[in-house]
Amino acid sequence: MRFNYRIMNVLPPLKFSSSLGSTTETMSGKPTSLNRSPLPLRPDEGAPGVLGRIGNTPLYEFRQVTPKNDRVKIFAKLEWYNPAGSVKDRPAYRMIAHGEQTGALKPGKIILDASSGNTGIAYAMIGACRGYQVRLCIPKNVCIERKQMLAAYGAEVIYTDPRKSSDGAIVEAQRLMRENPDLYFYPDQYNNDQNWTAHFETTGPEIIRQTGGQVTHFIAGLGTTGSLMGTGRRLKKELKHIKVIAMQPDSPFHGLEGLKHMESAIVPGIYDANFPDDQVSVRTEDAHEMVRRLAREEGMLVGISSGAVMKAALNHSERIETGNIVVIFPDGGDRYLSESFWKA
Amino acid sequence: MSVEIQIPVALARYTGNQESLKLSGASVEEAIRNLTSQFPSLKNHLLDKKGEIRPFVNIYVNDQDIRHGKQMKTALKSGDVVTIVPSIAGGNK
Ligand SMILES: Cc1ncc(COP(=O)(O)O)c(C=O)c1O
Repeated sequence: MRFNYRIMNVLPPLKFSSSLGSTTETMSGKPTSLNRSPLPLRPDEGAPGVLGRIGNTPLYEFRQVTPKNDRVKIFAKLEWYNPAGSVKDRPAYRMIAHGEQTGALKPGKIILDASSGNTGIAYAMIGACRGYQVRLCIPKNVCIERKQMLAAYGAEVIYTDPRKSSDGAIVEAQRLMRENPDLYFYPDQYNNDQNWTAHFETTGPEIIRQTGGQVTHFIAGLGTTGSLMGTGRRLKKELKHIKVIAMQPDSPFHGLEGLKHMESAIVPGIYDANFPDDQVSVRTEDAHEMVRRLAREEGMLVGISSGAVMKAALNHSERIETGNIVVIFPDGGDRYLSESFWKA
Repeated sequence: MSVEIQIPVALARYTGNQESLKLSGASVEEAIRNLTSQFPSLKNHLLDKKGEIRPFVNIYVNDQDIRHGKQMKTALKSGDVVTIVPSIAGGNK
């Protein structure tokens, strides 16, 4: 349970506490004071308002969709419990907090980045909380739910050629940055060490705590690779026995939103291909089937990349005798309801 | 009947790096059939075992999504532009 309703209920009515420190808030929630203190690098170290709710997501043990071998258990980090609904709240928060701490991000600057959705939504949420304008380069074929969410948070969107997919968006963001370097704060999530460090500092320790150190295998999909690199590095640092497995789409042409087929894409600067112990791939239709199965058998509405990583975990469970596999479920299925695969 | 087919960058490796092709076809179905017979390695990427378009593949005729119309039976006329895009953006998020 993420929200402590009991405690909230004993607060006197109509009196809201604000943990925004020196910042004064207007009715729209936009900070008006320029000399506020920068965000702490970790959301649980006193981040104001909704930002303090980033991380500490539940670790869920599956009841119905389980391995045939009952000595292997699968657990998932349910990342849609983050305030903007995805795993990307963690790195987006840390990149912005780091920008504030170093002075690279100041009031008045526009947050600019390339994103096919979740990071953009996370920036939009954080930008709304901190009073920054957010400008995102996004391939035009991103599904409608994403576009609507960005608009709802008040972010500005620049659409790029859908045939060039996310790489086209990256190139456009780089171009805008070159044109107007002083106007923007460009976190560049593909090359920013704060991306994987967010997972090293939060996701990794949470998994160790939530499993009592009993996790044996960790599987994550590769997008920017921050989840795999950061969580994996923390797990390897603390647990000698851990195996870290990277999952990718089976082909350059795929429907696993958020994931990259590394061999055919711009490889993120934060990725080290030698780091994972193993590489596995999943076909889009198999991920779709798993998404439907999780909805109908487990009562869990997950995103496509969650279905893909669950498929990878079940495949892997057949190759090991015993173990506790932990996977990351990056987002929920409500972001993909306009897609046609639900009908099957 | 000559139409233009635009290929996503991710598939251009199967078309000799051509991102735009001229083909004949009176319907989307026919144009895709002509495309995959010219470039057989495209077939498994675009179509499932039953020969239907895979669920994450979107096809537009002059910017209209064929899923909202007559789908593969959508008629083509000379000069139409058929664009193939995955329903997602790939890459990051
Ligand atoms: C839906 C979804 N799945 C998976 C990923 C991959 O996570 P990462 O960028 O940490 O590799 C992302 C983010 O990029 C995503 O949005």
